[in-house]
Amino acid sequence: MKWKLKTKLLAGVAVLATLSAPAFAGKADNSLNIAFSDEIETLDYYQTADRPGLIVGRMLYDGLISKDQATGEFVPELAESFEIISDTEIDFKIRPGVKFHNDQILTADDVVFTLNTIKTPEFNARYSIAVNWIAKAEKLDDATVRLTMTAPNPLALEMLAGNIPIYSKAYWDEAGAEGMSKAPVGTGPYKLVAMTPGVSFELQRFDGYYSGGQKADAAIEKINIKIIPEKNTQYIELMNGNLDWIWRVPTDDVERFASRPNLKVDTTPIMRIEYLELNPNKVDSPLADVRVRKAINYAVNRQQMADAFMGQGHPLIQSLCNPVQFGCETDVTTYDYNPDKAAELLAEAGVEAGTSLTIVPNGTEGVAEVIKSSLESLGLNLDITKLQVAVAQEQWYGNMHDIALTNWGAYGIGDVSMSPAAYLNGTADDIVKDPALAALVNEANTTMDRERRASLYSQIFKTIADEAYVVPLWTRSINAVMSSDLGLSVGPDEFVPFYDATWN
Amino acid sequence: MLRYVLRRFAIACLLMLFVSFVAYILLFAAGDPAVTIAGAEAKSDDIARVRELYGFDRPILIQYIDWLWGVLGGDLGTSLYFKRPVAGLLLERFAITAKLGALALTLALLVAIPLGVIAGRKPNTLIDRFALLLAVVGQAMPSFWFALLLMILFSVTFPILPASGLTSWRSYIMPVIVLGYFSTPAIMRLTRSGMISALEADYIRTARAMGLPERKVLFDYALRNAALPIVSLASAEFGFMLAGSIIVENVFAIHGAGSLAWESIARADLPTVQALVLCFSLFYVVFTMLADILNALLDPRMRAR
Repeated sequence: MKWKLKTKLLAGVAVLATLSAPAFAGKADNSLNIAFSDEIETLDYYQTADRPGLIVGRMLYDGLISKDQATGEFVPELAESFEIISDTEIDFKIRPGVKFHNDQILTADDVVFTLNTIKTPEFNARYSIAVNWIAKAEKLDDATVRLTMTAPNPLALEMLAGNIPIYSKAYWDEAGAEGMSKAPVGTGPYKLVAMTPGVSFELQRFDGYYSGGQKADAAIEKINIKIIPEKNTQYIELMNGNLDWIWRVPTDDVERFASRPNLKVDTTPIMRIEYLELNPNKVDSPLADVRVRKAINYAVNRQQMADAFMGQGHPLIQSLCNPVQFGCETDVTTYDYNPDKAAELLAEAGVEAGTSLTIVPNGTEGVAEVIKSSLESLGLNLDITKLQVAVAQEQWYGNMHDIALTNWGAYGIGDVSMSPAAYLNGTADDIVKDPALAALVNEANTTMDRERRASLYSQIFKTIADEAYVVPLWTRSINAVMSSDLGLSVGPDEFVPFYDATWN
Repeated sequence: MLRYVLRRFAIACLLMLFVSFVAYILLFAAGDPAVTIAGAEAKSDDIARVRELYGFDRPILIQYIDWLWGVLGGDLGTSLYFKRPVAGLLLERFAITAKLGALALTLALLVAIPLGVIAGRKPNTLIDRFALLLAVVGQAMPSFWFALLLMILFSVTFPILPASGLTSWRSYIMPVIVLGYFSTPAIMRLTRSGMISALEADYIRTARAMGLPERKVLFDYALRNAALPIVSLASAEFGFMLAGSIIVENVFAIHGAGSLAWESIARADLPTVQALVLCFSLFYVVFTMLADILNALLDPRMRAR
């Protein structure tokens, strides 16, 4: 009987052993197994808005130029060189011999076709800001294309670097937007070999990729992308070795991985900033008075919050831009934590104890609660209004709230023309509606001369600080956790250059 | 009987229509779908373009009638997110969820009915208490927590089962256990109480007095009568599994109909949400009707009615 039991137990263990999943680390076969939380909607670059979709898009497609994130310089990609002819014209010399994934050769006609197509309203590019400045593209000769803008646009090169991939005219004519979404054909360093929409994607290094661009010489042969919505499941798969890389890991969770010998954490500061917007235009709001807005600035202990929510010693920002962006003026009026001064200003402005304000939180969880407690110690009530994003936006721009906790990624662009200040231009996106400030912003946004633009933006950021239209908080960082043998860093633009990844 | 079925069918159609209309209105009540679709980084002109492109600037009733007209013509529309026909998307996702649901329900029935029968036959004994414990734990334990516990045990401590995706038959084991365990307590407790009252009935005493074997008494007479509410409950549970496996699908990264529903609501993908709501209400109606038919087959008194 005992023998029988033993045999049964052994058989059980054997069955379990055969069930064992092989631990497949990407290093063994020079592949990379990664996971994103969000489903990728489409691989047609101009129709996608989610970051994973854009990241995969940058592996499949190339643009005319790209940006070197280390130096901030624009470097050639599909264009061998480019020349700025005037404030509204740029000439591009097309690189010879570049192949699409279907072996078709890139021509000037493909470039002209792409630029002239994406700007049309019928094409309906997801982000109009990326394409609405293009007036036309024309072929000057077989290797040269001239791009003309509708008006001087200081962000033209930023938009061309990564945000405007070149499509094949022949393939587009044959497959259209649906084909581009299901079976994309680009000139990027990786090509799509398999996908289950919304579930998984398999990319293979494109051996016909040209040399000379930033994305050349990709080391990893295969990239397997899984969509795993639940963070805990991602952690388990990472610890099992089934995944080599995950990102957007909350700071609280990072500590779990720090002690594991086979994993490492990479924390990168990104372009995204977090801040409080103070609405001076809500009817009967005390925030119409600059002294009250200044009082709120003094009342908030920013460093304490940064330490608590972002990590000890996390740097603060002083104005409404990321200091790494071109034109970010940091020499502005600052309001160091001073609750006595805040109380004094509130009394001066005649704000009575018990006055109620509302805040719409769209940022780091917990920040609104701390601000509420800071304001309560000054006798102000703060109602935290948690809403769906759509409703929150509608109510905020309808001047129904006093304060908004907001974050802005600037599309990863290192220029203040994409900072939140650039939208204080008197349009529907401008909550402040200060005519003098709007005039400055509009002038800056159409000035091509970098020095003049920097000087205009300096005035803009100084005005925003003097008028205390915002409470600048901090820049955000992004945590990626990966195999300790993997060499890979998230870029400051919140893109992940998987083509630079290496196994050590 | 036919008139009864036709009347129920007409009521079901009206119910589905009502549910789809309410769902449509609720989506708009959750904010302008154009803002959600345009994305968090979109500015006012992007939002205005989306609003115009998808016709969200028209009255809601007109939009709803347009959608309904399409459905009546056999067109469920195109997903605003995936830019694919909704019908194909739903078929793919429901195939996964239905397989998962069927396996989970089978597991739940295989565990719950025998345990319920035994517990009902010997109430207040050790085995009945054990069954009660199993039921209480199953009902009280949140699915996501149980799923993570299983994952830690069978994917990390003893790495024998995959933690995510549906790559092989092994991938089904943990999600089926989690989903099945959630349904087990209700079926088991219902079987137990049904068995207790059936076993106290006169016809059982008569059957026993006639010397019929206990197995025959239990399964042919008592369980057959106790099974009537179980059939109704099981069909409702299956409907729940098709619509409500959102958490299990999310945790195990299974891209079925549940996770599609969850994501589509968050993305304001109106055609997909509407088609899903229609399908979910259809399932409930169909399964309830099937349960009635099954009950009629089991109970000659119902057939006679």
